[in-house]
Amino acid sequence: MQPVNIKTTKNNPSVFSRSFRVAAWLGWQIESNWTDPFLFAIYSVIKPLAGAAILVVMYSVITNGNFADPIFTYIYLGNAFYLYVGAVMSGISWAVLDDREHYKTLKYMYVAPISIPAYLIGRGVAKFLVGSISVFITIVFGVLFLHVDVDPAAIMWPLFIISLAIGVVMLAMMGLILAGVSLLIVNHVWFIGDAVAGALFLFSGAIFPLEVLPVWLQPIGYINPITYWLELLRRAMVGSVAEAFPTFQNLSNQQLLGILIGLTIIFGIIARFLFRYCEHVAQERGLIDMVTNY
Amino acid sequence: MIQVSNNPPSLPQVLSPQNSAQPLGADRLHKNIGWKLYLQTVIARAYPRIIGQQREKSWLFFDILLPLLSVCAYVFVYQAIDAPDDYIGFVVVGGAMIAFWMNVLWSMSSQLYWEKEQGNLALFIITPTSMMAILLGMALGGLLATTLRALAIILLGSLFFNVQYAVSSFAQLFAVFILTMIALYGLGMMAASLYLLLSREAWHISSLAQEPVYLFSGFYFPIKNFSFWISAFASFIPLTLGLDAMRQLVFESGPSLGFLTVELEIIILLILSIVFLFAARLMLAHMEKLAIREGRLTENRR
Repeated sequence: MQPVNIKTTKNNPSVFSRSFRVAAWLGWQIESNWTDPFLFAIYSVIKPLAGAAILVVMYSVITNGNFADPIFTYIYLGNAFYLYVGAVMSGISWAVLDDREHYKTLKYMYVAPISIPAYLIGRGVAKFLVGSISVFITIVFGVLFLHVDVDPAAIMWPLFIISLAIGVVMLAMMGLILAGVSLLIVNHVWFIGDAVAGALFLFSGAIFPLEVLPVWLQPIGYINPITYWLELLRRAMVGSVAEAFPTFQNLSNQQLLGILIGLTIIFGIIARFLFRYCEHVAQERGLIDMVTNY
Repeated sequence: MIQVSNNPPSLPQVLSPQNSAQPLGADRLHKNIGWKLYLQTVIARAYPRIIGQQREKSWLFFDILLPLLSVCAYVFVYQAIDAPDDYIGFVVVGGAMIAFWMNVLWSMSSQLYWEKEQGNLALFIITPTSMMAILLGMALGGLLATTLRALAIILLGSLFFNVQYAVSSFAQLFAVFILTMIALYGLGMMAASLYLLLSREAWHISSLAQEPVYLFSGFYFPIKNFSFWISAFASFIPLTLGLDAMRQLVFESGPSLGFLTVELEIIILLILSIVFLFAARLMLAHMEKLAIREGRLTENRR
């Protein structure tokens, strides 16, 4: 019997595809089968709506409910689409801790003939799907009850779909970077995906234009691909609102799309090498089956 | 240079029939009972919480810096819509207090579920000590570590945004903080006993209790903006009244935005502290028996 060359198997596209598909199915089961579908649907909706409501109340308290101002639509849409950031990044990075410390299966994953990056990205699919439902419901709620100015007939659908797809790939790459880091750290109270997503909230222009940041912090926003992604989504959905803010007034949609693609490629390359490096360090230090609990 | 002894202990010395009949050094083993055992248990469970995290410093980045950046984002929202300066202070203080809620949710309430998944819970149960002491140790260890985090967020946030404080009574502020923590961790201990019966849903329930509690407890704005009954219902979570009272005591505009008077909030927090701690004790005893009867202490419904 011939020994299996695991390294070669891992680079096989069919293994990559199989790892992704099975992980996506597994992730969905883990996310959803702990309760009945009705309770799961409520659970999926309450969290994002409560998150959006925090901003709505903050805005309402200060402006006495002036929801017609373009800044409100800017904040609301930015926050709604930002749900994807937390969902995808935490979905992928949490899979490392979940498998390593909860199910204690990560070591078995490493001896199985699968592609670990594909497996981890697949585990993020379930959160992406739940996140999509949350984004949809949050926007519908805003349009119906909070005068968020979105007209389905006026949406630039091709730009919206292309931007969304590229953005999801970009977020998956960022999630993979975090997954690599997760291989080296212990289980913290703050989930790394959520914590990083919360921190990037500051530098993405999601809930306020980048001009509000101090000048010395603004460059971080300009190298953050999420900033361009959110701008494109806003432009695709409500062109007039995006035009009301000066951040990217000089850039066309094509230019923004080009920057987003370029940054996605750069993050993809970083993710590939950084994950490989972290994986190597984790194996050298014997961290693949580490369990932390305090 | 490594020194090797020429006279290693012989096998019969270590495993003689006399020694194998009772544990090594049993004649020297002192076992505490009563309050000494209780205290020893509290310290033993608090120890890994305090010392364990000092061995891995990445929490400084993930538990302090990143949450601080998240707090900053909400501050800039207020700046973008020209909110009064005190609201920036409200966000900084609220953001710091989130650390306590996260600690109660993930390191108190769901901890017993996590211990069960890892196989430690059965060991806790068979240990001849009080489960209440174990939970108290968990709470004290978590409280100390989280206080450091919260202080760091307040300090850095205040320096960064030049938050102006006008403390009207340090004594009341101290009382509010202590009572809020007692009530909050009492609630955490109570919830931990409930989680004894839960399986994977425990994880999702904790997750669900994040954003809605941030909203209704007014972490980023005064709860006076809600109707009386919503605020009253939210006051079941001790952080709601604790935060409201703290804001009234440390900010100039605080008293005008308070939900109830500070004195009344202190009384309610005192009542909540007593009720939650007492209920935690009762529920823990009941749930432990129930979990044993239903065989849920070692189950893994994955």
